[in-house]
Amino acid sequence: MHKRVVFNSRVLPYLLLAPQILVTLVFFFWPAGQAIYQSAYIPDPFGLSSQFVGFGNFEFLLSDPYYLASFKTTVIFSTLVTLVSMGAALWLAVMADRVIKGSSAYKMLLVWPYAVAPAVAGVLWLFMFNPNVGLVAWYLKVLGYNWNHVLDGEEAMGLVVVASAWRQISYNFLFFLAGLQAIPKSVIEAAAIDGASFARRFWTIVFPLLSPTTFFLLVVNVVYAFFETFGVIHTITGGGPQQATTILVYKVFSDGFVGQDLGSSAAQSVILLFVVGLLTVVQFRYIERKVHY
Amino acid sequence: MAYRKTLAGLVAATMLAGSTTVSFAATEIQWWHAFTGRLGDLLNEQVEKFNASQSDYVVVASHKGNYSEALNAGIAAFRAGEQPHILMVFEVGTATMMAAKGAIKPVYELMAETGKEFDQDAYLASVAGYYTTTEGQMLSLPYNSSTPVLYVNRDALEAAGIDPNIDLTTWEKVGEVLDTLKASGSACPLTTAWQSWVHLETLSAYHDVPFATKENGFGGVDTELAFNGPVQVAHVEAMGQWAKDGKFIYAGRRNESGAQFRAGECALFTESSAGYAGVKAEAQFAFDIRPLPYWDSVEAAPVNTIIGGASLWVMAGHEAEEYAGVADFLNFLSSANIQAKWHQDTGYLPITHAAYEQTKASGFYDANPGTDIAVIQMTGKAPTANSKGVRLGNFDQIRGIIDEELEAVWAGDKSAKDALDNAVQRGNQLLRRFEQANR
Repeated sequence: MHKRVVFNSRVLPYLLLAPQILVTLVFFFWPAGQAIYQSAYIPDPFGLSSQFVGFGNFEFLLSDPYYLASFKTTVIFSTLVTLVSMGAALWLAVMADRVIKGSSAYKMLLVWPYAVAPAVAGVLWLFMFNPNVGLVAWYLKVLGYNWNHVLDGEEAMGLVVVASAWRQISYNFLFFLAGLQAIPKSVIEAAAIDGASFARRFWTIVFPLLSPTTFFLLVVNVVYAFFETFGVIHTITGGGPQQATTILVYKVFSDGFVGQDLGSSAAQSVILLFVVGLLTVVQFRYIERKVHY
Repeated sequence: MAYRKTLAGLVAATMLAGSTTVSFAATEIQWWHAFTGRLGDLLNEQVEKFNASQSDYVVVASHKGNYSEALNAGIAAFRAGEQPHILMVFEVGTATMMAAKGAIKPVYELMAETGKEFDQDAYLASVAGYYTTTEGQMLSLPYNSSTPVLYVNRDALEAAGIDPNIDLTTWEKVGEVLDTLKASGSACPLTTAWQSWVHLETLSAYHDVPFATKENGFGGVDTELAFNGPVQVAHVEAMGQWAKDGKFIYAGRRNESGAQFRAGECALFTESSAGYAGVKAEAQFAFDIRPLPYWDSVEAAPVNTIIGGASLWVMAGHEAEEYAGVADFLNFLSSANIQAKWHQDTGYLPITHAAYEQTKASGFYDANPGTDIAVIQMTGKAPTANSKGVRLGNFDQIRGIIDEELEAVWAGDKSAKDALDNAVQRGNQLLRRFEQANR
């Protein structure tokens, strides 16, 4: 059976854990605690005075139809970003996996976009699709389509989704490719000998065996779409037109940083904290069960 | 401490780039601002001139990002006890700064305490009025102020068979010109920058109707928005109809449309008078500047337009000796020579009568027709309670709400009345929050 290793000292294990605990406390629990504390107040920006309002900030938020609408926007946005970035990455990875000559060049090129900062990616896409000076927008106009994401909410959403997903494709691609290469060739060859087509081999063998990678990427991508896409949205649409691209995190930023409404911003952070917690629980309880390790 | 002084000396020396004698014993004055590019260069030039003109103080100007970022940097620094002496704050942040009583030192108080010469009547009332209390005491020093005007692409009018000198003083007349432009195939008859500032805030002041109650917020934080009145609704309705007909082209919330106008694609463009330098530098067509149009049907119009831009706030918590230097520097910035040059270089309004007179005497307005339109527009009539300015808490966010609602009108999703009613109702919630935070 197992040989149990036991610490003789009671203090030593805590000492060994201390750095990790300290980091967690300082960088996670302390700010989270601050957010919860601040969410009960309406402070003035300079920290000169603050009013205790209890759950007032939450009441204010949850009775605001625009805040509730931003939940829906976030769900649509995150789902689309995750689907697009993972779908495209998987397709590229499967294709790159089949390439024999010059595969490393393909791989390198596909990884490059990951090095582009979100805000810069936003600006790149903005320049291409700017209704007045953008190249793509100009071609679309030639083709008879009047692209105007400045006023059309759906076009704006499409644009921020593509710009956000584009960058993440590289990251997903790397993981998918590594996952594909870890699948034993013998299994696939055996299926091929049995006469299974490429598509059938993919869906019955490769995709299920890839599920740990897919699951991991799902978690990472949802978190990415929730929290890190804000730079893209800030540069491309600023949350508009109307509020078509105002996702939850963007609202935290604009209320807190632009509006100096720290109480509301803190309350929104707390709500986000719960949403992400909930999401993680759901992912691990219900989706992970379907994952074959 | 010794290290800090040395560092200050080094910074100052770098700033001056060996131009003049640097006194290492000089008191350092920090100025945080939001200007880059040409405006940043002109600002640094002013600082260099001041530093060279005396040896007691060294002003160190630091760029802290755009307006919002500079304000946030100032707020964060105050919380950490590291605030600069002077902070540049855009006009939208005025109420936020005013409400922070322990964080700021009003200009009138600074001048009284340091015993420096200060004549508030020397400043243009309609500019300084934005930054004074209802009792008329100056809180912050206006630095860069502009006001919306109408830019006209004369070539575009001519191409549509319109006399480029045509009368464009009223929106009624502009409407007729837009019809002709559209009929002759213009892709962009009219566009605008800063829609809330130009088409609601200034519109309200210009037609002497309230933007908000309590003298547009000057009278207290218990103010409520009032820009859903008939004048504003009628204007937004007309603009919405023009948008629908393809006569008004919306390009974005800030001044995105400027690129289109400067490229010669648009015929008419409502934008800040400070856009003059850019248009002059880039436009490959004949253009001129006209006063902002008003609705002839509104009897009170036109009063005066209101300003946008930024002012300089003096932060609390510094030594008396440093404040004496701050006062000297603010007086230096207000001096006629500096102001006249600033006005002529940038298109921003002169903040004093002396600077305006000096510019007029120098023949600048004759050589650059249209550059005095902004000043005339601001000073033609005495400001009323509705045209002094707008002072609202959370104003940056309220402008965001207005932008959203106006976009709904331009897109044809909402009627002007619904959109403005909704904006008022949403904005009022933010005003109540501001009131709560600053009780």
